Amino acid sequence: MEKNLTHIALFAALIAVLGLVPKIDLASGVPITAQSLGIMLCGTVLGAKRGALAVLLFLGLTLAGLPLLSGGRGGLGVLASPTVGYIIGFPIAAFVTGLIVQAWKAPILPAAVVAAFLGGFVLLNAIGILGMAFMLEKTLPEAALLAAPYLIGDTIKAVLAGLVTQAIAQMRPDALLSRS
Amino acid sequence: MLTLTSPIETYAHRLPASVKLAALALFTATLFALKSPSALALAALIPASLIASSGPSFSRESARMLRPLLPIVIVIALWHLILRDPGGVAILLRLITAVAAANFVTMTTRLADMINVFERLARPLRPILPPKTLALAIALTIRFVPTLLTRADQIRQSWRARSPRRPGWRTLLPTTLAALDDADHVAEALRARGGLG
Repeated sequence: MEKNLTHIALFAALIAVLGLVPKIDLASGVPITAQSLGIMLCGTVLGAKRGALAVLLFLGLTLAGLPLLSGGRGGLGVLASPTVGYIIGFPIAAFVTGLIVQAWKAPILPAAVVAAFLGGFVLLNAIGILGMAFMLEKTLPEAALLAAPYLIGDTIKAVLAGLVTQAIAQMRPDALLSRS
Repeated sequence: MLTLTSPIETYAHRLPASVKLAALALFTATLFALKSPSALALAALIPASLIASSGPSFSRESARMLRPLLPIVIVIALWHLILRDPGGVAILLRLITAVAAANFVTMTTRLADMINVFERLARPLRPILPPKTLALAIALTIRFVPTLLTRADQIRQSWRARSPRRPGWRTLLPTTLAALDDADHVAEALRARGGLG
């Protein structure tokens, strides 16, 4: 019980840290912030329920006025921004990612990569693009065009999330709550 | 860790957080119901006058809080200019007004007051989420963020001490492992002090 609580609180903090630590630059020079990587890890490591709770905790503190979103954003203004879909999608993405890792009994690496891709990339961007289309009064293809520059980095993050999850499974098997 | 609350005390700081949140919800819902640019421009006067009446340095801070919107505002403005579609005016007015109003509430409400409102809103969930557990989780997260930031920074520095290349994603795993170990230690410490009871 205590372990659940501290892991949820720590992963909430990890999402924040991954968004604040200066961008992780890849060789190609595409700058990516690692915030959505934190969302994916919540699902793959903590599982559906705990992962979603960690994300909700992170969002609650952000909305309450801590500048924890990438780029130091925070406060109630994020709910009125065009990116509100991503905010709403964060806990859902973590939940679905966790659900796939729990339900699909494949080896952890492919399971985590596929789960992070479906939950943290496909579903998150779908909800994010829906939100952008609504806020900016654009059609879905137009909104998708606005989100396109970020899509390349996001696919790489799904692979990274899988690799980190596999490493955790090997080095700290007890911590992998999604498979225990 | 710094919060987004403005250190410049205004009259709005003294209003209860719940009142400000309810007013903001009402105002934002109205904004999305309004369609004509002139009505939206009138609505924009409300946050504008609230901000202006709080003094020049508060206004500058408000402008800084709006800066993350700049790229998307430029893209949307160009988009509608190229298509010669006047609809962009209403979209941008609504967007900037809504964000400015929300920022005003954030800037005039202390973090503890805002968290209090959230905890009260979460009270119906008491059977599955005891208020004491929620309060502890919030406190732990607030404490963990600077701890983990320091840890991530140490790991990046020790990478730099060993390699001419930049740290990049390779420090991701040790940072995550450090977080997991910290979580285990804190869980043990909580249990040693009687647990969540």
